[in-house]
Amino acid sequence: MLKKISLAVTAIAFSATTSFAATTNITWWHGMSGKNGEVINEVAKKFNAAQTACAITPVSKGTYEEALAAGIAAFRSGEQPNILQVFDAGAATIINAKGAVIPAEDLILKAGHKFERDAFLDGIRYFYADQSGKFVGMPFNSSAPIMYINTDALKKAGVEAPKTWEDFEAIAPKLKEAGFVPLVQSQLTWEFTENFFSRNNVQFASNNNGYETTEGTTLNVTDPKLEMMFTKLKDWADKGWFGYYGAGWSDNQKVFEENKAALWIGSSGSFGGLQKTAKMPFSADFLPYWGSIQGAGTNSFIGGAALFAMAGKPDAENNCVADFFQFLTSPEIQAYYHKETGYVTVTKAAYELAKKEGWYNEKPVAEVGIKQLMLPSGEWSKGYRLGFYPQIREIMEREYNRIFANETSVKDGLETIKKEGDALLARFAKTAG
Amino acid sequence: MKRAQFSSSLLPYLFLAPQLAVIFIFFYWPSAEAIRSSFFLEDPFGFGSTFVGFQNYIDTLTSPEYLGIAAFTALFTVLVTFFSLAAGLLLAVKADKVIRGSSAYKTLLISVYAIAPPVAGLIGMMFFDQHIGPFVRLAALFGWEMKVGLNYWDTTFAMVFVAVWKQIPYNFIFFLSGLQSIPASVLEAAVIDCRNGLRRFWTVLAPLLTPTAFFLLIINFTYALFDTFGVIDVMVKDKAANNPITLTYKVYMDGFRGNDLGGSSAQSVILMVVVLVLTVFQFRFLERRVHYG
Repeated sequence: MLKKISLAVTAIAFSATTSFAATTNITWWHGMSGKNGEVINEVAKKFNAAQTACAITPVSKGTYEEALAAGIAAFRSGEQPNILQVFDAGAATIINAKGAVIPAEDLILKAGHKFERDAFLDGIRYFYADQSGKFVGMPFNSSAPIMYINTDALKKAGVEAPKTWEDFEAIAPKLKEAGFVPLVQSQLTWEFTENFFSRNNVQFASNNNGYETTEGTTLNVTDPKLEMMFTKLKDWADKGWFGYYGAGWSDNQKVFEENKAALWIGSSGSFGGLQKTAKMPFSADFLPYWGSIQGAGTNSFIGGAALFAMAGKPDAENNCVADFFQFLTSPEIQAYYHKETGYVTVTKAAYELAKKEGWYNEKPVAEVGIKQLMLPSGEWSKGYRLGFYPQIREIMEREYNRIFANETSVKDGLETIKKEGDALLARFAKTAG
Repeated sequence: MKRAQFSSSLLPYLFLAPQLAVIFIFFYWPSAEAIRSSFFLEDPFGFGSTFVGFQNYIDTLTSPEYLGIAAFTALFTVLVTFFSLAAGLLLAVKADKVIRGSSAYKTLLISVYAIAPPVAGLIGMMFFDQHIGPFVRLAALFGWEMKVGLNYWDTTFAMVFVAVWKQIPYNFIFFLSGLQSIPASVLEAAVIDCRNGLRRFWTVLAPLLTPTAFFLLIINFTYALFDTFGVIDVMVKDKAANNPITLTYKVYMDGFRGNDLGGSSAQSVILMVVVLVLTVFQFRFLERRVHYG
């Protein structure tokens, strides 16, 4: 009897170990919720169904910032996940922490896969890469700031959608006369600062936008061109051509949704939600640039987030992460993710696939962000790498609000951003050193 | 008074041990850790940390932004404490006099306390929404174009309003029980001596309420400094911009969102010192005036 039991126990133990050995479990912490979170679960399910060697478990950690904070805390106590999603502004934090992540490209090559940098859209290639162009983060959910157009409003005013800000100045009085707020936007930092520099091909920060070194990197926000942009915005706001409702994203979007504004600068990822909430038909076009700036009209930086493979994990798990990255960048999964969420495809092949499937005949707006990212790159439109950047964005938000609340001038506001921002960059250089 | 004695001198420590362990793990240890890291500049992932002495403190205390936030925190704390104590006291005095249906009134007044701070913030945010907020529309009737989230003082108003609203029931409960513990004979004697209700309140009721008021003062100070975090977080919608925030929120922003551990540790140590000084001050100077009956 006893022998029988011990035999059974051994059998169970044996089968248990074999089943453990068969699948390697990896975890993926992300900062998505709602519909986007559900799609992530769906992608994970597809990966787990497609093969048996690896099993991935996605865990939502709240917002982007919370996911990064959770990842850092976990890393410090040796409990880090295999994959951590980090948003654009947090990229410098994780990339500059040498030894926190394994560059995605190294990981994929080591696992015996091929890796082609050219397969990715130009606007996406460099943002999460190091100076030599090697991919550190794997671009995942990417978006671009684009201009949404209230087609009825433009028809009513009898004008065409602007390509440049000069065009906008020409049509704004007519839009106002037709009873619309001519222009609203949702994030002055991303849409009118970072991507002002990319779309107009102007240098954002010293040391090659911060890519070369953290030492002595300074912001270029007092550039006369940026000052011109904000002087214009303030002027437009005073004339009633531009409506500003604070730093909150949705307070500004709501005006457009309710058919009160003619143009809204939003994210290429906004259109899925906008289709449900907008009370009028809309289309979209590229984020305008200044015709008066030489060499302007280049591609925009990507927004959104990338996936990073955390260091300190066994090889078997790292290989699974590499497999997952391969799976994630396959055209089918990319196209699926693109259609479900509105984020752009990160690879050219996925874009071609979505095009072939006729997705853009159905939803032309979905193509605008991709096309904008595929515009020719300029010297300064590849990306930026600035430490403590989330805090620098907070300084910008504060000063921009003060500008529109008449508490400071454009010049003083930008100078404050430079002064406090440079101090933060210097602090960051010390932490990295 | 009878004095209880333990036969063994070890036993009382044994009884205290669980509580002490909790305090040590969740309070002293993190505090010590905060003090330690406030002298370092550290990369978030913990690879390199450089000893910088008092540099983090100097950076913090010389930053005009930090000083502005400190000034706002002081103002906010005073306003919230004053208005929530005043409103709580007024309601308690009035509710104490109600005879018919008094429990219904009391329940209604107390129920607000059950609302979690973030939910209170959310409700407040809807009240003050730029596009659909009923308060904003009401203000517009009086020619006040309220822009919560854009105008500094409008946001201050909304924040103080919601924070006070949330705290009134708590003060109400304590004041009410304070009032009810005053012996009826004292009140009746007062009625014979003085016909003026207001004067009776200030000369008889108020002094007898001072222990409650003193306790509530400290509680409300801590509430305004720390527990309003949820309200502020929801009201500024994740984007502090030029909106007013308190020192506690600043610690969170720099530490958890900005990953500047040294700087935010220095800030939290400063905050600890402020609270310590305030508490000592309150006990040394204010408590002398408290009448414990």
